Amino acid sequence: MFKGVVSKLASVLQNFGHRLIEQFWRLGSASRLFGYTLASSGESLRRPFLVIREIYFTGVLSLIIILVSAFFVGMVLALQGYNTLQKYGSSEAIGVLVALSLVRELGPVVTALLFAGRAGTAITAEIGLMKATEQLSAMEMMAVSPIARVVAPRFWGGVISMPLLASLFSMVGILGGYLVAVPLIGVDGGAFWSQMQASVDFREDVMNGFIKSCVFGVACTMIALFEGYDAPPTAEGVSRATTRTVVNSSLAVLGLDFVMTSFMIS
Amino acid sequence: MDRTKIDLWVGIFAAIGVAALLGLAMKVGNLTTSNIGETYTVTAGFQNIGGLKPRSPVKSAGVVVGRIDAIQFDSATYEAKVTLKLDKRYLFPKDTFANIYTAGLLGEQYIGLEPGGDEEYLQEDDKIMQTQDAVVLEKMISQFLYSKATETKE
Repeated sequence: MFKGVVSKLASVLQNFGHRLIEQFWRLGSASRLFGYTLASSGESLRRPFLVIREIYFTGVLSLIIILVSAFFVGMVLALQGYNTLQKYGSSEAIGVLVALSLVRELGPVVTALLFAGRAGTAITAEIGLMKATEQLSAMEMMAVSPIARVVAPRFWGGVISMPLLASLFSMVGILGGYLVAVPLIGVDGGAFWSQMQASVDFREDVMNGFIKSCVFGVACTMIALFEGYDAPPTAEGVSRATTRTVVNSSLAVLGLDFVMTSFMIS
Repeated sequence: MDRTKIDLWVGIFAAIGVAALLGLAMKVGNLTTSNIGETYTVTAGFQNIGGLKPRSPVKSAGVVVGRIDAIQFDSATYEAKVTLKLDKRYLFPKDTFANIYTAGLLGEQYIGLEPGGDEEYLQEDDKIMQTQDAVVLEKMISQFLYSKATETKE
């Protein structure tokens, strides 16, 4: 019986160790893919239309979901903030609340989460399917590097789109907050903007939010590309890879957000 | 989707994205107000600066005339050496008084300048001689309690 417990325990540990090693293995291949992508970026940037096409698919086509959610997030923030601030008689500070929470946190983070769901999954599924239908191998056969032709343009497309989308998200969210606070609730419009301008700092708030969105752009796009490139070439493999893209991107975004915020707040 | 249409849409996207960033900088952030053009530097020594921080505003008559550039501890005089960057458009007499005030009851602290009557103006790297420290609430309360205690003895 004792022997049975030991062997059971050993198999559990073995399983755990195997998974851990596999995760490190995947992390290593992801970093290698990142390195290759950067190395072959020059080649794909020389044909800018490849990148422009990807900006169209990841950026322009994500606009609607980003703008609509930004609008609603801003409006909800203003409603909720007004409820609490009004108790302290400082309902004019609603502009500060909406602007700071959007510019510092919600803008980059929510955009990145939506981006992972809208654009990241598309990238993973597309590349996974290209791999499953052996299009990538065919490219290699024709001496076309699939990393330079397929992966790098998508990477730069995502990295360029993400900060633009996050800026739009913050701006539209603030407009949504303005619409609820000023015409609907009746907060003074001048106080709304002037208090906002007095407390939002360009370098500390706007630029830090912008840096965050750039980092999220790199993380989300790279995870999506790697999951697609690494997907087993079957229908099930591609579907699992797509799920993993969303899960891993969301976790990476939230984790990176904590790390960056703790550096920026000091 | 042909190429020119994609180019057009991406162009529109990039333009409104950059416009949003500029809007954030101009309309939401204080890039336009915090950007003081030409400045000159003066220093002031304080016994206690309270919660003053670099980049806090320097105000005179309630108008922002500059920002605090740096705060250091001067080990020769055991004072806090505060470096102020003042807008070149505003000149202050040599005997200007520098006070540390608090905006509202719990707001941020700033330096208020009260101009004196000297004929000469503060120059680059001058030192403001007359300063008043930040009000430390604990000190005030303990003084109050002390005076109350002496009152009751009598």
